[in-house]
Amino acid sequence: MNEAVLADQVWKFHGDFPALRGVSISAERGSCLALLGRNGAGKTTLLRILAGLSTPSRGDVRILGTAPRLPITRGRAGYLGHGIGIYDELTARENLLHFARLYSVPDKEAAVSKWLERVDLKRVEDGRVREFSRGMRQRLAIARAFVHDPDVLLLDEPFTSLDDRAIALLQNLLRDAFARGCTAVLSTHQLREALELATNVALLDRGKLKFSGPRTQAMLDLPPSIYFETESEG
Amino acid sequence: MRGVWTIARKDLQSELRSKEAINASVSFALVILLIFSFAFEPTADETRAISGGLLWIAFAFAGALILNRSFARELQNDCLDAVVASPVSGWELFLGKAIASFLLLLGVELICLPVFSIFYGVNLTKAFWPLLLVLVLGTWALTSLGVTFAALTVNIRLRELMLPLLLYPALSPALMASMTLTTSLLTTGTFAANDQPWFRLLVGFDIIFTTLALMLIEFVLVL
Amino acid sequence: MSTREKFVYALAGTGTLLLLWNLYRILLVLPDEMQQGAIYRIIYFHVPAAFVGWALFFAALVASGLYLWNKNLALDGFAASAIEVGWVFCSVNLLTGMIWARIIWGIWWTWDPRLTSMFICWLLYGGYLVLRGAIDDAQQRATVSAVLAIFAFADVPIVFMAIRWWRTQHPSPVLETGGLAPEMRLPFWLNVFVFLLIGAAITLVRLDQEDTRRELEGLRRHAHAHAA
Repeated sequence: MNEAVLADQVWKFHGDFPALRGVSISAERGSCLALLGRNGAGKTTLLRILAGLSTPSRGDVRILGTAPRLPITRGRAGYLGHGIGIYDELTARENLLHFARLYSVPDKEAAVSKWLERVDLKRVEDGRVREFSRGMRQRLAIARAFVHDPDVLLLDEPFTSLDDRAIALLQNLLRDAFARGCTAVLSTHQLREALELATNVALLDRGKLKFSGPRTQAMLDLPPSIYFETESEG
Repeated sequence: MRGVWTIARKDLQSELRSKEAINASVSFALVILLIFSFAFEPTADETRAISGGLLWIAFAFAGALILNRSFARELQNDCLDAVVASPVSGWELFLGKAIASFLLLLGVELICLPVFSIFYGVNLTKAFWPLLLVLVLGTWALTSLGVTFAALTVNIRLRELMLPLLLYPALSPALMASMTLTTSLLTTGTFAANDQPWFRLLVGFDIIFTTLALMLIEFVLVL
Repeated sequence: MSTREKFVYALAGTGTLLLLWNLYRILLVLPDEMQQGAIYRIIYFHVPAAFVGWALFFAALVASGLYLWNKNLALDGFAASAIEVGWVFCSVNLLTGMIWARIIWGIWWTWDPRLTSMFICWLLYGGYLVLRGAIDDAQQRATVSAVLAIFAFADVPIVFMAIRWWRTQHPSPVLETGGLAPEMRLPFWLNVFVFLLIGAAITLVRLDQEDTRRELEGLRRHAHAHAA
């Protein structure tokens, strides 16, 4: 099986309300799947299930062939959610070191140094995150998601509220990751930046999968609003 | 097991750096002991008879300040999501946090003990090691159950109110046992003859509720 | 009327009739007890209320455990209903105990082992009810409640044991229930049965409310999703 990420007829209920209704998506190794949809369409719910933060009410999910909640699977996936997931009271280096330990990264010090360099935070590695600017925090959050060299990346609106420098950084990091054979699923409102990277696109509307297929050049030229009208088929 | 030490170490690091919770906790405990000295004549024999009770009331209330922080710290920036998404299992997360809170609260108690002995004219040296044992068992009951309930209430409105409301009734048997044993040690210097059942109760309580927490915590963290 | 409604009416009806008959016997037919006088009759309500309360808490424990296993929200609804009704029976036990203490000892509260233990249970399960009110998301509420119900029930026997030991070391006025004379047994156990019937009926009504509430929440979310 070549799919790195597979969701098969996934349903998720919040009480009696179906947040996801029979959603099936897949992403092959080395590809980038962009999840589109309005707020409330179910993108975050789906990503959280893929990351192992939540269990589906029905349906099957596989990340690299194994269930997302297994420790081995979680060790190979990197998750960046709405919240940045770094501790204000620790320094940048301590934050990355903590997560490197949680992910059992071999040679933690080297990995932490490497990623601090790549997000250009090496100079301030001993500064408290509390004192960082917003852009610096976002870059550190990106480093946190990448520090254990994951094979699958699950990113929930990663470009939202990033400054231009951070956007360019993330795009570069993702391109390098794809070259290594990484797979990414990212949800987004920032269509331009995401669609540039995406190889495949899936559109969710009120929990249902409305469209999925390869990303075409034509999509890049369409105005954003067209994706969010209920009758559109992309 | 390594996950346990990673989590505990980070929690201790965070807290010892800012010392907010420790300072607040020690101050609160001392204030309680002070206020009790108005209600009860501090050096009278009758007061010595309730000394165990006084100490543990102070520790229980001061402990709530530390327990509240334990999961609250993870809420900022959605750190809890980042940790749960990592390979660390639920029971490692629970145990790590419980151990960190335990060590912090034990530290607070060891700071308060000499102050208590001075204010209330109680000699601690007679029975120091048994006293330490009771402190360890009682504090573990407090922190393990407290961290469990903190995990339950982490995402809830009125979180700071719900934690004490749920914790203290549930903790009452362990508090009773700790108070009885402490009073025996402070008044006579050794355990009394009928303290045996209390000792067993405290150990049993610790075992039962730690086991339950380890079994059930995963359900609470992954919805 | 649906089958369930008929069943609830049957339970409530049978319970009420039996209760009336039993009340007649308890209040008018049975003689007074030697030491306590007329007030001892309160035992026919004080103790059965406790039994039924615990029975409901046990049912909630089972439902909570099952919920954690298969995530069926109907089980959560049942657990919540059972605990709410059980809590009311707890309150009945406490109130009758206080009335009894007032009449026998002249004080409203005695730190009697059973009364004190029951008070702690009342606080524990009352906390459960307050907690439920503070969580909006149905699944989170169900999971958190289920875990709390398990902890609470595990604590109940420990609380009773601990307080019994405490009270033997620090004695205080005790409400003597003593043994039951032969002619008392039938009305007593009949009242236990009656309370069970009525408790079950009220729990089922409450369960109905929970089901409706869940449906409403689901519909509300649907409406929001469609309006957006």
